[in-house]
Amino acid sequence: MRDVAVVGIGMNDFGELWKKSLRTIWAESAFAALSDAGVDSVDLITIGCMSPGLFVGQEHLSSVLADELGMAGVPASRVESACASGGLALRTGFAEVASGLSDTVLVTGVEKMTDVDGADATYALGTAADQEWEGFHGITFPGLYAMLAVAHMEKYGTTSEQLAAVAVKNHANGLLNPHAQYHLKVSVEDVLESTMVADPLHLFDCSPVTDGAAAVVLTTVERAKELSGDRPVVTITGSGLATDTITLANREDLTELAAVRLAAERAYKMAGRKPEDLHVVEVHDCFTIAEVMATEAIGLFDPGYGASAVEDGLTSLQGKIPVNPSGGLKSKGHPVGATGVAQAAEIVTQLRGEAGQRQVEGATIGLAQNMGGSGGSSIVHILEVAS
Amino acid sequence: MISPGRSWREFPQRYRLEAAKCETCGKIHYPPRVACSKCGGTTFENITLPREGKVVTFTIVRVPPAGFTEQTPLPIAIVELMDGVRIMVQIGDLADPSELEIGMPVRLEFRRISWDGEAGLIFYGHKAVKS
Ligand SMILES: [Zn+2]
Repeated sequence: MRDVAVVGIGMNDFGELWKKSLRTIWAESAFAALSDAGVDSVDLITIGCMSPGLFVGQEHLSSVLADELGMAGVPASRVESACASGGLALRTGFAEVASGLSDTVLVTGVEKMTDVDGADATYALGTAADQEWEGFHGITFPGLYAMLAVAHMEKYGTTSEQLAAVAVKNHANGLLNPHAQYHLKVSVEDVLESTMVADPLHLFDCSPVTDGAAAVVLTTVERAKELSGDRPVVTITGSGLATDTITLANREDLTELAAVRLAAERAYKMAGRKPEDLHVVEVHDCFTIAEVMATEAIGLFDPGYGASAVEDGLTSLQGKIPVNPSGGLKSKGHPVGATGVAQAAEIVTQLRGEAGQRQVEGATIGLAQNMGGSGGSSIVHILEVAS
Repeated sequence: MISPGRSWREFPQRYRLEAAKCETCGKIHYPPRVACSKCGGTTFENITLPREGKVVTFTIVRVPPAGFTEQTPLPIAIVELMDGVRIMVQIGDLADPSELEIGMPVRLEFRRISWDGEAGLIFYGHKAVKS
């Protein structure tokens, strides 16, 4: 396998972007990544997008988006793994460059979620769960994660206050991220007093509905060194992908995210790294309990200690291992198909030392964890500054 | 959205709680599947799930999807049946949803599950009630 570098990133504002279409927000981030990389042609475009058919009534994004970029003719491929579609697009691009099938790949993720009303958005997101055996009974996504939270609370004594601390931390980080959807200071009381969505999860335990896109350019390390000048070259040293049962009812253990654990183990093995080596981490905090369980699954904390770790400040920007310096899905926003690519873009920004006020000092090794549905799929990437 | 054809196809499992017991390793699958997820076996005995079980985890959905608005707040649980099979079901007949707790003994009953959804159909299946 060839070594693969991230040579360009494109991040624009996340939010409720009513004036812009899917193709426009996508193209803006794609052009930003190409410009940041200093390349004007690519061998492949990968697109992570969960459900353009349900959110904007448009499929066939390979043609729509290559065309929008003025690159009709270039190979393009849309991949889907629910909310992990962006991470899957990154892994697909990584595999192409590593294998030698492509030299330079534009990896993108996008979701335009506010063209439909709340009920239709809820329905579209619900298709990431088992429609026949979960959705049939009226369960929602917050409801599925609420069930995981109840099981985690029962086994480990995790509390609503500890879950609220995740939201407090991520909103504090999001205040320092100009691209974040929300710039607001949130207290534990704010979270606990917000509307109950699915017991024990409140509205402020949930990530929002967001429009957004993100892009990164991958190429060989050799070419990246030529293109990067004085900038640090960031390489992808590990990539892990895993699945789990689609229904929660069929999981052996409702207090762990097995797909995340497996994906992380595979990424650590490829990179020759372990959790203690990491300096900065982005995890898939679609709900506060998801961050707690993800940090346990990737080995930052022993099972049952993820919640107290947040409360004790271990994962804050100044903590032992900062988690979600970008503000996470909670504050930055969660345009589902874009999230996995945006996480990688944040880690690259951190490893380049370009994260401004939210910079984790001296970070040279980072991890990004993306997750589909209620943990039915997960993708983990490890990124490092090249020596 | 569940079409009439799709709904009809699922009647044996939803209405009669039909499950498939792997003839090779004994694992019970609900709903039935083509190959056993434990051993890969492809021959099954058709069995009926027991109706008694207990709550493993739960939530109370307060912001419901279409078709469930009249039933809100909607208690839903994962129930472990006597034979070890776990299923997701609504919990019916609770005077106060806060009664719901892990370990609560329940019994499955045939009920109306949702109505006035996007397909305009009424769906039936099983709910669990306190036993
Ligand atoms: Zn078997």
